[in-house]
Amino acid sequence: MNRKTGKIRFYEFLIFILISFAVICLCVSVGSVAIPLKDTVRAIFSAITGAKEEGLAYPIIVSRRLPRVICVALTGASLSLAGAAMQGLLKNPLADGSTLGVSSGASLGAVIAIAFGISFPSLPFAGTMVMAVVFAFLSLLLILGLAYKLDCSFSTNTIVLIGVIFSMFVSSAMSIIITFSADKLQSITFWTMGSLQNASYKNSLILLGAFIVCGGILFSRARELNAFAIGEDNARHIGVNVRRTKLVILISVSVLIGVCVSIGGTIGFVGLVTPHMVRMLVGPNHGRLLPASAFGGAVFLCLADLVARILLNPLELPIGVVTSIVGAVVFIFIFYRSRKGGR
Amino acid sequence: MSVLEVKALSVSIGRAELVKDLSFSVNEGQWLMICGPNGAGKSTLLNAITGGYAYSGTVLYKGESLKKLSPKKRAAELGILAQNHYVGYEFTVEEVVALGRYAHSKNVLGGMSDEDERHINEALSLTGLNELRNHSVLTLSGGELQRTFLAQVIAQNPKLLLLDEPTNHLDLIYQKQVFELIEKWLEVPGRAVISVVHDLSLARAFGTDALLMDKGRLLSSGDVKKVLSPENLNSVYGMDVGKWMRTMLSQWT
Repeated sequence: MNRKTGKIRFYEFLIFILISFAVICLCVSVGSVAIPLKDTVRAIFSAITGAKEEGLAYPIIVSRRLPRVICVALTGASLSLAGAAMQGLLKNPLADGSTLGVSSGASLGAVIAIAFGISFPSLPFAGTMVMAVVFAFLSLLLILGLAYKLDCSFSTNTIVLIGVIFSMFVSSAMSIIITFSADKLQSITFWTMGSLQNASYKNSLILLGAFIVCGGILFSRARELNAFAIGEDNARHIGVNVRRTKLVILISVSVLIGVCVSIGGTIGFVGLVTPHMVRMLVGPNHGRLLPASAFGGAVFLCLADLVARILLNPLELPIGVVTSIVGAVVFIFIFYRSRKGGR
Repeated sequence: MSVLEVKALSVSIGRAELVKDLSFSVNEGQWLMICGPNGAGKSTLLNAITGGYAYSGTVLYKGESLKKLSPKKRAAELGILAQNHYVGYEFTVEEVVALGRYAHSKNVLGGMSDEDERHINEALSLTGLNELRNHSVLTLSGGELQRTFLAQVIAQNPKLLLLDEPTNHLDLIYQKQVFELIEKWLEVPGRAVISVVHDLSLARAFGTDALLMDKGRLLSSGDVKKVLSPENLNSVYGMDVGKWMRTMLSQWT
């Protein structure tokens, strides 16, 4: 690894792409109806070229599995990138959309949009998305503001406690809304469970757009994130515009989380698990950590989705259940290590 | 020529006024020692100058208001070494030192120019960290960590160096080395140093000028030997400082 410049090398990039591609192929071909890899590739190929295809493989692969897997990969990459950025900014390895309560805040926004019928005339989908993004950002501001008021820092204990309290607050707010709009219960519970079962190509385009824009912004702030990960004071000392950089990063993170939540609901702990594992592999320098986390997140969520689909076949688990089980274990592991080793 | 000019500077946090109506200036080639008991407002003063606290009054850098400089521009001129360091992740020594070049680099993605490399290597060898450059900062001793951040601020190549207890955590050898290093750094024309120092002997030995502070107020400023005189020190510390120093020294005869 070229640790000095903090850049990811071309061959590393290539390895990440190959692994991600292999996992995506695996996830597309495995499922409740097993379709051989050969047929899978042929179905995808004919979809791209526009050739007509007979048989069962084509509709299952092209209209069901492929959009789902693409959305899962992009959601994983986005959530993981957002987690890595927050962990650097707050200098806390436990910071993540789900531990802080940002994802719950975003889902509350989406639920409010549904319950009160907030939408834009020409874009029926945009109402929930905009509300999710706005609520993600407001939650972040509220949580960080509270943490700062309480102990002037973002220590692990404070963040964990505030995340718990905020999530409880959000879930009670959600219960109130559900009580008053029982007719929309079905679509509201979706946001609390998290699922990409019915993801479409349109969804994946939106996810891709958010990922490219926000990911690009975050990646261009890799050095600033390094400075924050060393310490906010140090960042100021070396000449980082602390306020502006923080704002840019927090907005990007909110957009990423908000868009993901509005499409897939709250899928917990992805942003906690992958950056942690990736950091052990490539080190804490964000020039490498951010791209590696994006790939890692895509792979992790695809595999989690695969487990959710085939574990209790033909029954399907919500994907959030799988990530939360893994996430809880990793969370305890990091917390234990941070208490023991003082890191 | 005056590098830094502070006029009527006050810093309040909440209701507490930590620094009250302070004025002084630092010229090229000077090493200003800021002395005083704990809680005198020394670190607060340094932090206010580098933008860590809001303040009233004016701070002029080479005749220009410091508040008007962009963070990057300010960091290219003023370097600060903080008192305590705590790094959360396993960065290498070299990665931490390389961040000192942030204010000078134009490449958004953090590519290093030859000049950046030269400054980093120079800072690493000046502070004796060449062999540790690829070590994780989490494995360093307190003194090594202190030298890592000293190397960062040297790589930053500022004109004015602000040091908050630079020999904090350092053993005797490195105290000597660091002070001699800074003395040599100061030989280049156009540079100046301000440092908070608790060791009054070190202050008198290396400083050219001094500020004596107590409870946020400036008691005396000017030539180091005059400011740190036995009379001044006795009244600030409430003890016979000279006698104590002589008692310490007599342990060696």
